[in-house]
Amino acid sequence: MNIVFAIIATVTIAAAVAAMSLRNLVHCALALSVAFAGLAAAYLQLGAQFVGFTQLLVYVGAVAILVVFAILLTRGSEPPTQSVLSSGWLTGIVTAVVVLGVLVYAIAKSPTVAQRSMVQSAVPAEPSVTVRQIGEALMNKFVLPLEVVGLLLTAALIGAVIIAMKEEGRK
Amino acid sequence: MAESLDQIFVTLNHLLTGFAPAAWRPLVAAVISIAGIIGVFASLFAVTTVLERKGLGRIQNRYGPNRVGPFGFLQPAADGIKALIKEDVVPRAADKIVFFLAPLMVVIPAFLVYAVLPIGRNMVLVDYDAGVLFFFAIGAATELSVFMAGWSSRNKYSLLGAMRAIAQMISYEIPLILSAVTVIMIVGSLSTVKIVAAQAGFHSIGLPNWFVFTPWGFAGFILFMVAATAETNRSPFDLPEGESEIIAGYYIEYSGFKFALFFLGEYMGLFAISGLGITLFLGGWHAPLAILEVVPSWMWFFAKLLALIFIFIWIRGTLPRLRMDQLMSFAWKFMLPMALINIISAAVWHFMPPGYERWLVGAAMVVGPYVLLGRGLMQGKKLEKRTYRYAE
Amino acid sequence: MLGEGIIKGMAVTAKNFLGSYVSEERLTTIQYPEERQVLQEAVRQFPFLVFDGNDPMAGLRCVACQICEKECPPKCIYIEKSKDKKPDYIGKMQIYPATFDIDLSVCMSCQICVEVCPFEAIKMDTDFELSTGDRFGGLLVNKHQLAKSNDHYRDIHPTEAAEVDERLAAEKVKAETKAKADAEAKAKAAAEAKAKAAAPPATPPAQTK
Repeated sequence: MNIVFAIIATVTIAAAVAAMSLRNLVHCALALSVAFAGLAAAYLQLGAQFVGFTQLLVYVGAVAILVVFAILLTRGSEPPTQSVLSSGWLTGIVTAVVVLGVLVYAIAKSPTVAQRSMVQSAVPAEPSVTVRQIGEALMNKFVLPLEVVGLLLTAALIGAVIIAMKEEGRK
Repeated sequence: MAESLDQIFVTLNHLLTGFAPAAWRPLVAAVISIAGIIGVFASLFAVTTVLERKGLGRIQNRYGPNRVGPFGFLQPAADGIKALIKEDVVPRAADKIVFFLAPLMVVIPAFLVYAVLPIGRNMVLVDYDAGVLFFFAIGAATELSVFMAGWSSRNKYSLLGAMRAIAQMISYEIPLILSAVTVIMIVGSLSTVKIVAAQAGFHSIGLPNWFVFTPWGFAGFILFMVAATAETNRSPFDLPEGESEIIAGYYIEYSGFKFALFFLGEYMGLFAISGLGITLFLGGWHAPLAILEVVPSWMWFFAKLLALIFIFIWIRGTLPRLRMDQLMSFAWKFMLPMALINIISAAVWHFMPPGYERWLVGAAMVVGPYVLLGRGLMQGKKLEKRTYRYAE
Repeated sequence: MLGEGIIKGMAVTAKNFLGSYVSEERLTTIQYPEERQVLQEAVRQFPFLVFDGNDPMAGLRCVACQICEKECPPKCIYIEKSKDKKPDYIGKMQIYPATFDIDLSVCMSCQICVEVCPFEAIKMDTDFELSTGDRFGGLLVNKHQLAKSNDHYRDIHPTEAAEVDERLAAEKVKAETKAKADAEAKAKAAAEAKAKAAAPPATPPAQTK
């Protein structure tokens, strides 16, 4: 638990909490982008360059823009009429705690963590994964998931175009 | 002698870090390099503003600014002082925090990306394994800041300009990245240092090994430069910031120093993306001819950068502004198919044995779709000289 | 659509750029205030009053007829007639303007005052560098500031001035011949009257005897 990780974690959690609790919707979207950037910093701090930069490129560069466009094109920039907390906030908290418990359990019981605690090394050897290895893995071992994801994205794209086109046709 | 002149900045850096205690040395070395980069590129920004105004003036049959200093070259000082002493107007309804942060969010990514550009031999600030990806990732953060600027002004013109600017930027990011992907494919690495190293050496006929001298590289370079012009909102793609179209687009409500920061961010982005173009296609800091290698490597980088800046200014003085729908259809209907076909052409080039056949095939694979797309997209519209009918 | 238009455009721009260093026609800027544009003769800015001879007030052609004051569209001329008279260029006694003010900030250089003046007294000047820091009375000029010599008029508008001088000289000649003819006629009449006055007293004494 070094200082850099502590700072990054604090920033990310603060941004995520802000994204939930701010009144102004655009402020929430911007806080969400900060949370994404914090995640990317966490990846980079772990040495995963490719994943970190891809997180920045995809999430901050595309998903955040998408969220922002959605807010712009609807009437989301007006101040909210009801309170920020929804009526079922207790159920929400219980669900979040349950999901967190499942995630922590899954990570704690994973073979990597078990290996590391068995080896008991002071400085865990970070596996240096180069982009080349990721690329080769994607093209050899994981080519089918890659193609399936590509098909899924294409279907989403075509669906978006059809929805947009239909609106024009109706006009 | 040439070697030491080439490495003069590296040796200077080592000299200065020698004065610091051993524990602080990496930090001090990094800080010195950062200070050097910021100083050099900020003064290049100042010089470019004058060069652009004078160059545009000469193209338009007039002098540029020529009152401040010899031939007007102290004009940036006057502009800087003006920007600093102007009243900083914040609209009453504006969102103060976001309004304040937007110019910063434009400038900071623009300066961050210089870290992966190899300015000379052994002169890259950080040698990332995924350097090119870093460049594009940080560049994507600029779009968010455009939205922040446009939305926080609470001005309909500003919002409209911001939406158009973002749409333009994300549309042109795809041809930009795809044209860079061809180089990454051929080199086999995302690291900028390795890409520059792969362009060392010379062909048998004296041409350097730069990627721009291959068919796919030439097409990729043209695509990259056009997409770069659109990414940095420069003429002819400057509809989001066109003064006569939408007043000033997303930075209408900014005055004084914040406006100057937007300007700075735009030009820094221009230099950075030109630098990446030089790294990917024009051989980085390599000299064009073997006998010219006595000139230091960083001089070659800046010479190529100045040449690209001059071409940007030239294009700005030549072409009229593109309309929004023309812009978008150009990106999606012309540049995206060309970029994809370019990738295939680069792959075919890579797998064919060296010789003139792969030149012919490569050229055919690039020129053919270009002509077909160019003619096909006109949809039969005849472009003739315009005739006028006057009222009797 | 294949980009040859762009290349042609860039060639034109390059020719402009490089040509601006060598040829005059590609760099048409006149660097004010070191260089001035050569103006045509018929240029007009603001009115001035013409005087003949050396004394501005004695040679002033204006006779305060107030036609220009009435015809001026923005009413920028203010004239007050004098109480006494002075001789004009022909020699006739005319009244002259005691006050002749023009507010140059109101004047719109329409030249109507020049067109309607029957005495060729008010003409258009060509000086436009009249800016002043006093925004209330700085551009209100009076008779003494407006009076400029006929030589000045000949300098700025040579052909017009030549024509005006010709006309005035012709009028003067006509007036002089008329005056001479009048004087001769008067002299003849006076001589006749004198002869008549001298002759009749001679006859009555002859009749009464």
